[in-house]
Amino acid sequence: MTIKLRYFAWVRERVGKPEEDIEVPSGVATVGELMVWLASRGEEYAHAFANPKIIRAAIDRTHVGLQTPIGQAGEIAFFPPMTGG
Amino acid sequence: MSGIFTVRLQHGPFDVAAEAAKLTRGRTDVGAVVTFTGICRGAEAGEPIAALTLEHYPGMAEAEIERHVADAIERWPLLGVTVIHRHGRIVSGEDIMMVATASSHREAAFAAAEFLMDYLKTRAPFWKQVEKADGKIWVDAKATDDAAAERWAAPGSKREAAE
Repeated sequence: MTIKLRYFAWVRERVGKPEEDIEVPSGVATVGELMVWLASRGEEYAHAFANPKIIRAAIDRTHVGLQTPIGQAGEIAFFPPMTGG
Repeated sequence: MSGIFTVRLQHGPFDVAAEAAKLTRGRTDVGAVVTFTGICRGAEAGEPIAALTLEHYPGMAEAEIERHVADAIERWPLLGVTVIHRHGRIVSGEDIMMVATASSHREAAFAAAEFLMDYLKTRAPFWKQVEKADGKIWVDAKATDDAAAERWAAPGSKREAAE
């Protein structure tokens, strides 16, 4: 299954790109597992996802927790805690 | 009873007074308007700030704010809500965002404005980067903002945990 990943703020800077399409490997079922897999993809990903606890995620533009199944997601975004307002 | 509900994201500046006036024009049922304006400070912890840049997640930012406006409408008898949030580079002294709430009485207008601000800070996908003398730094989220948002959660659940 191909999904679009989007990165924002320092997650985007560390990964080095704003978005990419990836093939979700078998065995990766949740958002948290996806982060662990991403961290294994190279130095820049390891740096971006070094501490998954401080990274927030959204599936198809809705906030989700790390235990959330990826399911039929079209777009998953990773970003730091929000600082608007 | 109809209300005026507006959520807008834009790069350019906005006029708080004009936006607030739109909530009362041509009607006599509004008895209270509360406005909040967030402004870019010129210094943080004694360090000068030239400007900040706001990154956002297009599509989700609007949806998340609209979801909380809908939540506020369920909780309080509101006659109007306006939320405008800027993105891109904003120099110190300029407005960043505004919330205006209109109701027949002040209690609902004050409470809804505070509720929207507390949720906007912690749930709307915006990220601030400040320009200091030694470079650009991403602003860290504050634990006090999380606590402020949690106090609106249903009694008996997160509210007690936050206190």
